[in-house]
Order: sequence, then structure tokens, then C-alpha cells
Amino acid sequence: MPSVSAIMKITQTTRAADSSVDMMINMGPQHPSTHGVFRLVLQLEGERIVHAEPHIGYLHRGSEKLCEGESYAQVITLFDRMDYVANLNSELGFCMAVEKLMGIEVPDRAWYIRTILCELNRVASHMLFYGVFGMDAGAMTPILYGFREREKIQSLFESVTGARMMHNYFRIGGVKEELPADFPARLAGIVDELKRAVEECDRLLTGNEAFLARTRGISPLSAEDAIDFGVTGPILRSTGQIEDVRVSEPYGIYNRFDFGIPVGSTGDCWDRYYIRIEEMRQSLSIIEQAAGQMETGEIQAKMRRIARPPKGEVYVRSETPRGDLGVFLVSDGGPKPYRVKVRTPSFSNLQAIQHMLRGAYVADAVVVLGSLDIILGEVDR
Amino acid sequence: MPETPENPPSGGKPARAVPPTRREPKVEAAPEALDDAGIELSSLVSGLFTDEKVEVGVEVDEVSVRVALDRVPAICARMKNEPSLAFDYLRSLSVVDYVDRLEINYHLFSYPKRHKLVIKADLPAQAPVVPTVTGVWRTANWFEREGHDLFGVNFAGHPDLSPLLLYEGFEGHPGLKSYPFHDYDEW
Repeated sequence: MPSVSAIMKITQTTRAADSSVDMMINMGPQHPSTHGVFRLVLQLEGERIVHAEPHIGYLHRGSEKLCEGESYAQVITLFDRMDYVANLNSELGFCMAVEKLMGIEVPDRAWYIRTILCELNRVASHMLFYGVFGMDAGAMTPILYGFREREKIQSLFESVTGARMMHNYFRIGGVKEELPADFPARLAGIVDELKRAVEECDRLLTGNEAFLARTRGISPLSAEDAIDFGVTGPILRSTGQIEDVRVSEPYGIYNRFDFGIPVGSTGDCWDRYYIRIEEMRQSLSIIEQAAGQMETGEIQAKMRRIARPPKGEVYVRSETPRGDLGVFLVSDGGPKPYRVKVRTPSFSNLQAIQHMLRGAYVADAVVVLGSLDIILGEVDR
Repeated sequence: MPETPENPPSGGKPARAVPPTRREPKVEAAPEALDDAGIELSSLVSGLFTDEKVEVGVEVDEVSVRVALDRVPAICARMKNEPSLAFDYLRSLSVVDYVDRLEINYHLFSYPKRHKLVIKADLPAQAPVVPTVTGVWRTANWFEREGHDLFGVNFAGHPDLSPLLLYEGFEGHPGLKSYPFHDYDEW
């Protein structure tokens, strides 16, 4: 039987060996905080992450290839299913690409309807982020507030488009149908409620001591790295870069509104969170301005029933709640797209996680992933 | 007896006359609509790359630069580092299958200069290889892995070309036009 001192010695040597052995932690694909089906393999040294390897593709449906087999009008339904939290923003990206290729002038009223719905969708998406991010950081209450407000927007969408998600409401050259008669009154009521709700949410979580401890100074990102990684949207703005496609390359009628671009300073998790709270206020202001300016008129441009764009290729950008959505559309002059490449913001934003997690604590991995606000339907397509 | 239109199988309906093929509408090219900034950039690029074999053109509203395949990383690095161009943001990297050839598109944008451009290069349809640009923009990493998955393009010098969107052991390149559409085996 070995003596006590010999046992002590053995434990000490194994300990020494253990500390140099990397530990592998597998997060996902089924994990409540991965926001979909996403796998992250973490290599640890003590509590620090030395390497993070993201694995995606669990939701790959081949949307880009499917687009090649559908007529232009049918493709819109596939875009609904990419960013399934901000469907209307996705739809708009494709419609704008076809309109640019065909040179269609979309009527003013259609643009106002599109803008109001897209901004509402942005608020709904950020409300979801608010709730889920709170939960990632350990706060259980925000999800109830976030979902309650999102629900109001969803029910308004239902009255307009007939669906809570997967709306298929935007058309090439306009929108599907006129708004219901009670829309202006309902919209005004909802905007008022949302304004109060944003302040309520802000008071509830933003300055919370425990929340600040989990997010302040966690995995900051510099503007140079963000640009090099192709990071866009709220995450790029949180690094201090003033960039918003709605302002820098204005599309639609965004140049008619007066709104600000919130930017952060350090690019940490708290900045990424607070940018989105501030964006909700700006979006609500855009909605109010748009509702005030909107006039009656046509909602669909005059065009042939079956869209047949000329031969050519366009790349169109738009600002979705997650960042810069690029649609690269190649047409051979036929009734179906020849090639559609969608540059989705979540795809590039997620790629930066490897860089952001290097040297971070393993306990922060969930918060960092949550702060990116990825949608796996958009990452995998 | 072989089943031909002249010899329909017993009990079958006689073959119908082939309907006249519908005349396809004439295909027109999209008009060029380059704005002032684009015209300026176009002349700037033509002036800067006199020592390279580049072909400056227009794609609807965007300046396009067609380059030789092996010069892609060098030209991309110059596009990024040249102060008057400063293309610091690779918006998208995509492969298009034209059956007889593949085309690779690098959509660039410059945050400081606020102009945009697309670099194009032609690849052979068989065993396409192009040098990687991950050394120029780190965002190219996943785009190139996606191009490798879906189109079988080999990005020479890429740090890790393991499957990204497809699973390990997937056979074929589903982005290609030759890949069957709704024809798959249940598993």
C-alpha cells in the first residue's frame, strides 16, 4: 500500500499534467443559448478560451439554389425564411434587387407602407434580442417584457399581411394589397405603447448592476477588426464606426426622414446591447414621421404580371436589424433568376466570434454569442 | 416492341402531336446607369492598373474589373492598400456557374471613400483553382469555404477548407447547374 506522501505526490503530478492539458467543451448543436442549431467547440486553458471553432450548416436548405428554380415572384417566399425574425426586411432586399434590374419606379405609398412595416419589424426583432440577451446574461424577466411588446407588432402584421411570420407581403414593384381601414389608428396606438415599453425595458435592464458586470468590457471589438471581418449593423456601430446603409447609401424614401445613427465607443457587449435599445427609439421616430407623411395613392407599379428582368447583374444593399444585407442577382433574361447570392449579415458577424472569444472567460461565451444576435436561418440559408 | 410515338403501347393513347414551341421573348441587356462617382472611379482604376492586364467595364450601376486568375490576390491587396481606392470591406464573394466556365465575383466597398466595385475572374469548369484572398480580408475565409462546398472551387492557400454548410462526406457540389434539383435519395 503506498504511503500518504506517495499519494500526495501522485496527485500533485497529475494536477500539473492536467493544467497543461487543454479541455474541450462542446456547446450545441442543441443548446438553449445557441439561438437555433449551432455548434461551438471551445478549447480551454483553465477558464480562458484559447480557441473557439464554430460549426454551422445545420439549417442549410440550399435557398440560393432553390431560387434558381422559382419565378421571381415566388422567390420572395424563400427570402421570408432566411431571416425569420425580420422577414419583411429580407423580402425588401430581394424586391429592391429585381426593381433595380428592371428599372421599376415603386409608387410613393408602397414605399411608405414598406418603410413603416420594415421599421416595425426592426423594433420587433430588437425586442426579441432584448429578451433573449437578458436571459443569456442571467436575467429572467426581460424575455417576458420583450415578447409582450413583440406580440403587439406581430398581431398588427397579422391584420395587414395575414400571417404573423412568413408574410410574403412585398411584391416586385409594390406591396400585395392595401392596408386595412383601421391600420392608422392601430399603428398610432401601438407606437405610443412601444415608446413607453422601450423606456420601461431600458429602465429594467440597462443599468442593472449584475447585468453591467456581465456585459461591460466583455470582448471588445475594434473598428478595424470589425471591418476586416465584414461585421456590419449594430455590432459595427458599437465600435464607433458611423455606418448605416439607410443613411450612407439611402434607398427607398429614407432620405425624407430625420433620424440619428446611434454609435458606441468601446464595442463591448453592453455597447452592442444599448445600440439596439437606441435604434428602437429611432425606428419609432421614423414610423411616426412616415405615418404623418403618407398619402393615398397607388401601391403597385405598372408592370407585366410576370417579372422578366433584362440580362444583367446587380448587387443591392439594405439595412436589416442585423446589418448589411446584400443581394447579388444575376439574370439571363429568363423568367427565373440565373443565380442569387445572398450576403447575409449574420453569416459574416458570426465569423468574427472566433476572434472575439480568444482569451475570453468560458462563462462569457454565451453572452458574447447572444450579443451578436444571429439568426441561424440566415447564416445557413 | 419498343415504345415509340409511332408504336404506342397496347391500350395506351396515341401520341399527341407536339405543340408548336412558344416563341421566347427577346432578351435585352440591362441599361448601364453609372453615377458620377462610378465614372470617376472607373477612370481612376484604369489609370492605376496600367501595368496589369485588367478590363474595366460596367455592370448596371457598378464598376467591374475583370482580372487574370493568378493575379487576384495581388490586385485585391492593391485595391485595399492604395490610399485613393481604400477598399477595406469585402461585401461579398460569390461564384456563378455559367456551365462552360465559372465566374468569381468580389464585391468591394470602401468605408473611407464610399465607393464600390466588383472584381471578376473566370475559372475553368473543370478543376477550378484560384488563390485565396484570406490574407487580404479575413472575412473571405467563410465565403471561400462556402464556394468550395457549393461549387467545388479550390482556393489555393486557404487555411482550412473543411465543409462549412454541408456535412462531412457530402458528395458533389450542389451549387453547380449540373447538380440535380429535386432529385435526391431518402436516407
